[in-house]
Amino acid sequence: MSEPSDTAGYNFAYLDEQTKRMIRRAILKAVAIPGYQVPFGGREMPMPHGWGTGGIQVTASIIGRDDTLKVIDQGADDTTNAVSIRSFFAKTTGVATTARTEEASVIQTRHRFPEKPLRADQILVFQVPIPEPLRWLEPRESETRKMHALGEYGIMHVRLYEDIALLGRIATAYDYPVRVNDRYIMRPSPIPKFDNPKLDNNPALLLFGAGREKRIYAVPPFTKVKSLDFDDHPFEVQTWDHACTLCGARDSFLDEIVTDDLGTRMYACSDTDYCADRREAAPQTVDASEAAE
Amino acid sequence: MTSDRPLLNVQNVSHYYGDRAGCLDVSVDLWPGEIIGIVGESGSGKTTLLNCLSARLQPTAGRIFYDQRHRGLVDLYALSEAERRFLIRTDWGMVHQNPRDGLRLGVTAGANIGERLMAVGERHYGQIRDKALDWLGRVEIDTARIDDLPQTFSGGMQQRLQIARNLVTGPRLVFMDEPTGGLDVSVQARLLDLLRGLVTRLHLSVVLVTHDLAVVRLLAHRLMVMQRGRVVESGLTDQVLDDPQHRYTQLLVSSVLQA
Amino acid sequence: MMTQAIDVRGIAKNFRLHTQGDVEIGVFQELSLSVDFGSCVALHGPSGCGKSTLLRALYANYRVDRGTIGVRHDGGWVDMARAAPREILAVRQRSLGYVSQFLRVIPRVATLDIVAEPLRQRGVADDAAREQAAILLRRVNIPERLWELAPSTFSGGEQQRVNIARGFIADFPILLLDEPTAALDAENGAIVAEMILEAKAQDRAIVGIFHDAAIRAKVCDHLFELAPFKAAA
Repeated sequence: MSEPSDTAGYNFAYLDEQTKRMIRRAILKAVAIPGYQVPFGGREMPMPHGWGTGGIQVTASIIGRDDTLKVIDQGADDTTNAVSIRSFFAKTTGVATTARTEEASVIQTRHRFPEKPLRADQILVFQVPIPEPLRWLEPRESETRKMHALGEYGIMHVRLYEDIALLGRIATAYDYPVRVNDRYIMRPSPIPKFDNPKLDNNPALLLFGAGREKRIYAVPPFTKVKSLDFDDHPFEVQTWDHACTLCGARDSFLDEIVTDDLGTRMYACSDTDYCADRREAAPQTVDASEAAE
Repeated sequence: MTSDRPLLNVQNVSHYYGDRAGCLDVSVDLWPGEIIGIVGESGSGKTTLLNCLSARLQPTAGRIFYDQRHRGLVDLYALSEAERRFLIRTDWGMVHQNPRDGLRLGVTAGANIGERLMAVGERHYGQIRDKALDWLGRVEIDTARIDDLPQTFSGGMQQRLQIARNLVTGPRLVFMDEPTGGLDVSVQARLLDLLRGLVTRLHLSVVLVTHDLAVVRLLAHRLMVMQRGRVVESGLTDQVLDDPQHRYTQLLVSSVLQA
Repeated sequence: MMTQAIDVRGIAKNFRLHTQGDVEIGVFQELSLSVDFGSCVALHGPSGCGKSTLLRALYANYRVDRGTIGVRHDGGWVDMARAAPREILAVRQRSLGYVSQFLRVIPRVATLDIVAEPLRQRGVADDAAREQAAILLRRVNIPERLWELAPSTFSGGEQQRVNIARGFIADFPILLLDEPTAALDAENGAIVAEMILEAKAQDRAIVGIFHDAAIRAKVCDHLFELAPFKAAA
């Protein structure tokens, strides 16, 4: 717990109550219209854009004294970004924090979806750099809003077409666009497309906050989320020829890590909590030859 | 030209920019398979009229009806925006003078052609690709260029790509704004010939805006001459050009340089 | 049994030149003319008497100030002086052909396609239209090596023969010919005369301007003198 002098004069979770109410109203609207980007009056936060200010404002607005918070960046709880945000909330709310997915009631994440299945009493908050999926081909906001309103989504497939035509397959590997509830096209934030299937019909509430562009959107529990594709080039997730060097998992998203100047690589789970649990449950080491392949 | 009702029925259309009239009291019928040319100098109102007809600029007064497939005559500006935009990207086409306005220069030729197909729900890559190849052939672009960016194309090829991109969904009405403007004369001729063939074969209706009388003579069945927002003379193209009645038309025709 | 193909009644034509001080030039007035199927009428009179103007008025290329121009179309009559543009286009597509003095076509289009076009406009398939065009081009002595070239570089006589082939390909029931043999040598002139006679034998109607007296005598049944209709200046 923090010294009272540090946080004196600050409200619970940093934001004032009126701001939280405004953001909660935006969240409610986002939940009511799955995948629709709701504008909100984003506040300046005590850290730069790009550090997750959108996600932080969402978390600050929903977090209560009984919550347990987990913060991950690229799947890891111990990276600078995750540590900073976690300590920010510890300081401004005093809530319990955890690295264990199953213990958390609120999980703020950057660029990953946890490997362990989520429950209906959990909320996952994504940090979103660019919320607009149509932006890459249509720079005018007035036009993209109209395209969303009228469901004119042809150009999303143009992008996938270009991938197949130029590279032989859909090469988009992160922030892979999805259609939510058969209606709005949504960017799932820069999670690997490996995580896209977890968005579909998930029991947890998924909230997305974009600080710079001041947008909030949501995927309510048990909502259909479909990754865009072609009939003859169906959506596929990444696969690896390797297992995790540390825990032997073959079903999780692996980071490739160069371990020396000779280019030796190892593969390890990007979700550190998942990896740690597996090692604890069944200590094992993978054949060193496989790691060095 | 066998249909007994016009595809586009324009009734007393005017558009004002503040006090100034862009186009004034224009009435015209466009029949299936017919090409109508709109000529006049810059500022005569032909582009304003084109924008009104193509559902991109609401007239200040007057009405425009379109004979929609499976639905019959609809008042263009009484349609919801969703319906109007759907009409524009399925049943209509628009060929701009500047390819920059009519193409996505940052995506490949194939994607440019395929976009409208995908916009109407085509989800089979192989079929989209086949149609793109077919249309490249039809507009006489080497099919090997399907994965090239239009930026690498010549001006004439870009115009032909624009045409393919528009015609791939089988529209019935195409608007063209100076389609041969800015092209070399030799390239113009080839484009005109291509357009004429496609229009005949596909039984397209076309509204063609140009200041080039030679272009309308070769393409348009009918002609409207505009001056200061008004249609001062209209009729069969060869009749208007060879036996002009209005003072302004006579001036326009007699001002053309003879090669 | 003769049936009427063209029935012109009381037409008058003046040119009003707004750009030249509004001067008004009268060409003809109170002109009436009847042409039957199976016959050939030659318009006759001194240069400037309005022969070409009348021919163009029959085709609705020129407007007239007064009178009616009846042309037989699909078994009925169309008044070319008043018909809507699309009616006139329908007449030109199926019933009325016109061979102008000069070829006016899209540059760089192959000769074969230029000749085939009237058939294509009627909906005839490309191959069939080109096949028919080849027959006509052979008939008017255009060497096969020229067929795939555009006619803009051809000699005057060759261009005129291309124009004639294009005019005759669609077997129009009524055909208007503006000096069809002007640029032709005797041999080719004779071929064109033969084509006109054949058309007549097929019960088609022809109105023409023929400066060549021999050809005129060979193909024409009537001379139509324009001088009596000269408009008062």
